[in-house]
Amino acid sequence: MNRYTVSLFTENFIGILNRVTLIFTRRGVNIDALTASESKEDGVHRITIEVTTTEDQVIQIVKQTEKIIDVIKSFYYLDEEVVYQEIALYKIPISSLDPGLEKVIRQYNARIISAEKEFVVIEMTGHKEDTKALLEILQDFNILEFARSGRVAVAKPMGTIAQYLNN
Amino acid sequence: MKDSRIRGAEIVIKSLVAENSEYIFGYPGGAIMPVYDALYDYADQIKHVLTRHEQGAIHAAQGYARVSGRVGVCIATSGPGATNLITGLADALIDSTPLVCITGQVASALLGTDAFQETDVVGFSMPGTKWNIQVRRVEDIAPAIAKGFHIAGTGRPGPVLIDITKDAQNALGEFSYVPCLGIRSYRPYPVVNMSEIERAAEVINKAERPYVVFGQGVVIGTAEAELKAFLDKTGIPAACTLLGSGALSEDHPLYVGKLGMHGNYAPNLLTNKCDVLIAIGMRFDDRVTGDLKRYAKQAKVVHLELDNAEIDKNVRCEVSVLADCKESLPLLTAKVNENNHADWVSKFRELEEDEKSAVVSLDLSPTKIGLTMGEVIRYINEFKNDNAVLVTDVGQHQMIAWRYFKYKQTRTQITSGGLGTMGFSLPAALGAQLADVNRQVVCVVGDGGIQMTIQELGTIMQTKAPVKVVLLNNDFLGMVRQWQQLFFDKRYSFTELDNPDFVKIAEAYNMKATKVSERGNLRDTVAEMMSHQGPYFLEVVVEKEDNVFPMIPTGCSVEEVRLT
Ligand SMILES: Cc1ncc(C[n+]2csc(CCOP(=O)(O)OP(=O)(O)O)c2C)c(N)n1
Repeated sequence: MNRYTVSLFTENFIGILNRVTLIFTRRGVNIDALTASESKEDGVHRITIEVTTTEDQVIQIVKQTEKIIDVIKSFYYLDEEVVYQEIALYKIPISSLDPGLEKVIRQYNARIISAEKEFVVIEMTGHKEDTKALLEILQDFNILEFARSGRVAVAKPMGTIAQYLNN
Repeated sequence: MKDSRIRGAEIVIKSLVAENSEYIFGYPGGAIMPVYDALYDYADQIKHVLTRHEQGAIHAAQGYARVSGRVGVCIATSGPGATNLITGLADALIDSTPLVCITGQVASALLGTDAFQETDVVGFSMPGTKWNIQVRRVEDIAPAIAKGFHIAGTGRPGPVLIDITKDAQNALGEFSYVPCLGIRSYRPYPVVNMSEIERAAEVINKAERPYVVFGQGVVIGTAEAELKAFLDKTGIPAACTLLGSGALSEDHPLYVGKLGMHGNYAPNLLTNKCDVLIAIGMRFDDRVTGDLKRYAKQAKVVHLELDNAEIDKNVRCEVSVLADCKESLPLLTAKVNENNHADWVSKFRELEEDEKSAVVSLDLSPTKIGLTMGEVIRYINEFKNDNAVLVTDVGQHQMIAWRYFKYKQTRTQITSGGLGTMGFSLPAALGAQLADVNRQVVCVVGDGGIQMTIQELGTIMQTKAPVKVVLLNNDFLGMVRQWQQLFFDKRYSFTELDNPDFVKIAEAYNMKATKVSERGNLRDTVAEMMSHQGPYFLEVVVEKEDNVFPMIPTGCSVEEVRLT
């Protein structure tokens, strides 16, 4: 088993996400995280899916997603073949604000992005392991809420979807 | 100035006419009534067949599509009408049958509110369609239908579903039909990679015991002549899958038989003796391969296939040629050496003799009192034309009919292969017959399966389609009973049927009907049926507990094919 990033370039039509996830569901492969956004190309969407599975499964899944009419092209990558990030938000009660917290924020390269009457929101960008480590520390600061995005990723190999589309 | 706009419902019909659709198989209801109303004025341009159930409509459209090679069209209402299509969609998807299905939907303002007969048809049908869409605006109707036909009929064909809200059907819009010629995210025909052809030729030219296994891809690609040319040049023996039957005439000297669980002895056994296995337009279904871990391990596999997702899915290949075999086969034929593998072919012929004495002769010329399914097929062969179409249901009769029917021409084998849908045959035979009323269409069906869609006798009556229905009655769900006998200690749990008087039922539908229980009358009755002008119903009472052999039990290797 490996961690893979599946990167799909699609039309932005209703139902496309549904069709894509059905292929994972059918093979019993759990989706660890998923993000969708526009891409550099006009009207081309990208869906980034993180899964932990075998190479055989991920190859089959990628080929089957490519059969979906509105999928332009799919790729899969190992972690070392992509540059990726996730963003995490932490909600901390104002009462926990003290020099200890400030130190932690500096140490983790995090930042406060919002200060309200009763709480502050800290943001950190990084890999899951890093944002998770910060989460654990913030338990001591009575953290109220935590949310982490799915990964966004760009591939290291140089072929682009634009080249594919022009072909 | 006169308003040139027409209703969405009429746009639906005009679009189907623009696609040269000949038949619509359908069933009306509230949410599709505007389309039916529009249809009323187009009786001279497109024919509608009212089936007795929406499942019947979609199977009829499948039968039509597979005989004609064109996109089958089917219409149903929202809610239960649409959900009744689901089995047919799944069947058409797995057997690569091109269909455009149009369903009515509640008005768009009611979507998501659990309105009367609202179901999420797009959601229901998503895993069972090649593509589907909901149309809520009149201006989107014609483009959706155009796109649907393009997707259904190109590449690896499949069913599409277009769900049209009632308000879109009722709204006024301009009609102009632009056929869909391409979609940027969909490339149905990969360009042949010549280096793959060269590598394939190299492997084939070095082979001592090469072996071709072909499937429905040859039929879909209309590559029958290309396959024959390849075989004639290379002298390689060839066997077919269930849905590949007919792509090569069984009279061809290099045709060696049928693959799979109930296929022929030699083609299964020798799969594990060849040194190069050339798979053409087939997908290594588990019913063909048996245990994958012991399937053709000694062989280098060359796979000619249009669908990239099939390559290396079940069997890893040495060389894959990703293309329509219509294109790749001639290129490959040009590169391979002329050859002759007479010794190797004779191995197949020797084993064929073993199968003949152990199985075939007992099936076709039985000495016991009870009638066999095989002898019925033998007489059908005697009185059929070369282009006669065999439509079968699912079960023992399906395997026996497939084993013994003499396939001489392409598109003569219509059966539910991938899904194994009981109830498929009667409506599919109707559709097959309408695709060509001048061909003999014989529907071979079991007493279990016929009762799943028996209401379609009404459609046969109304259309007067001259289908020949041959019911092989063993008063059992025979195939399940066979498994119970062989693998469950003969514990016949709920497989015996108390059956009605089928002849009376057929007669009630105004069909000429006969029942045969003795050998003496069989041949003459089959002869009479085959030359009868209209629809004909023949019930043959066969031995209750006969089994189909050869057989590769589940989980066994192709080498373990059993003759008894
Ligand atoms: C819709 C459906 N339900 C159940 C099955 C499982 N099944 C496969 S063969 C078979 C028995 C078929 O019996 P019959 O139609 O009498 O044909 P026979 O095998 O006796 O020739 C059954 C129940 C199926 N294939 N399709």
